[in-house]
Amino acid sequence: MSLSLTAGGMMVLDDGLSLGLQLRAILSAEPTIRANEEADQRRAALMAAAQAGDRRAYERVLADSVGLIRAVARRQGVAPDAVDDVVQETLLTVHRVRHTYDPSRSYDAWLAAIAARRAIDALRSHGRRDRRELHDEYALETHPDRDDATRETEREQSAQQLRDAIATLPPGQREAVEQLALKERSLAEAAQHTGRNAGALKVNLHRALKALRNRIHGEP
Amino acid sequence: MSDPRRHEALIDTLGAELVPVRRLPAPWLRALGWLSVVAVIAAGLLMHYGITGMLRRWTSAPDLAWAGIGAVLTAIAAAWAAFSLGVPGRSERWAWLPLPPALLWIGASGVGCLRTWIPSETHVAGIHEVNDCLVFIVSFSIPLSACLVWLLRRAFPLRPVLTAVMIGLASAAASASLLEICHAFDAAVTDLLMHVLAVALVIGANAAMGGRLLQPR
Repeated sequence: MSLSLTAGGMMVLDDGLSLGLQLRAILSAEPTIRANEEADQRRAALMAAAQAGDRRAYERVLADSVGLIRAVARRQGVAPDAVDDVVQETLLTVHRVRHTYDPSRSYDAWLAAIAARRAIDALRSHGRRDRRELHDEYALETHPDRDDATRETEREQSAQQLRDAIATLPPGQREAVEQLALKERSLAEAAQHTGRNAGALKVNLHRALKALRNRIHGEP
Repeated sequence: MSDPRRHEALIDTLGAELVPVRRLPAPWLRALGWLSVVAVIAAGLLMHYGITGMLRRWTSAPDLAWAGIGAVLTAIAAAWAAFSLGVPGRSERWAWLPLPPALLWIGASGVGCLRTWIPSETHVAGIHEVNDCLVFIVSFSIPLSACLVWLLRRAFPLRPVLTAVMIGLASAAASASLLEICHAFDAAVTDLLMHVLAVALVIGANAAMGGRLLQPR
């Protein structure tokens, strides 16, 4: 009897302790939650300024977004070596759809939704590539080394494939690839040569490389 | 280039490219814009057919009126849901919004069919007339869907197929509402089946085509 009472008393004490711990956890989490909310509001204000054309606010909010995008990509299960690609794709998407952000709502929720979408795209494209590619061991067993002549032909074929892919790019992107990658001109030289500004050339090059990568790996 | 440097370079480039943008209006406001197009068409049809025929049918068969109200509310809810789904970060639960009015629409139409007593003022549809219904709903849904797809391409729907289903539902419900104005007969089983077929066609076509048109770029 006394044992059961003591046990009951212990349980009450345990419950009280765990409640106390939970309460403390909630109380200690509260400043973090408040800090996150404040950071979200700060980013919302920066993005609102960016929508109006404030470049400094824009660069700050984008730089601030990188960590969030990484966290979302990791949560979605993106491999560590692909996380940076998701960051790049998300930043480009944010740039293109920045008019869809409503400053009265959470910036973090808006960004996280875009990042999650880009992370899923990355996972899908990796899945497709993995299915197409052979595992090394299997490849080694079934495809022994070929002679140099074959390798040379293959190199020529892939060079031709690349040239064909470049030819199908939109004019702006093709120009960026030719100036910056093939002729190895500096941004300033290329800008002078084409009459375009350096920023536009860089964006065109980035988009062209993405298109070429997709074309050559056979992705849409 | 190391990755932080790569991100910095991209941010720098995007900063250099920055121009002010016109913010997308709130989803309810955009839905209102589309609904006002529907309202203009409704006004045109009312001017042509008059309101008395519709009111006579409604008083003799109130379930038709309820079905009509259900269709109008479905169009409003589905359009609102579609525009909400077009904004990243908005909950996908918006897709449930048109469900209650759609149940009213379908339920009231079904009740109309199950009624054994058919009011003398109205007559049951023949096969040619129900074909007209199909043609009416599909042909009004095409421009209304196209308008919604066009408006939503300015947004960024992260669930394109679900958004396209909402577009299909909104335009089919709006077309069915417009049909109420010039519908010359009571809802019979053949008529209801044709309506269901038309709505399914419109939603299916939107899910197949609209989904592709709305794919995130």
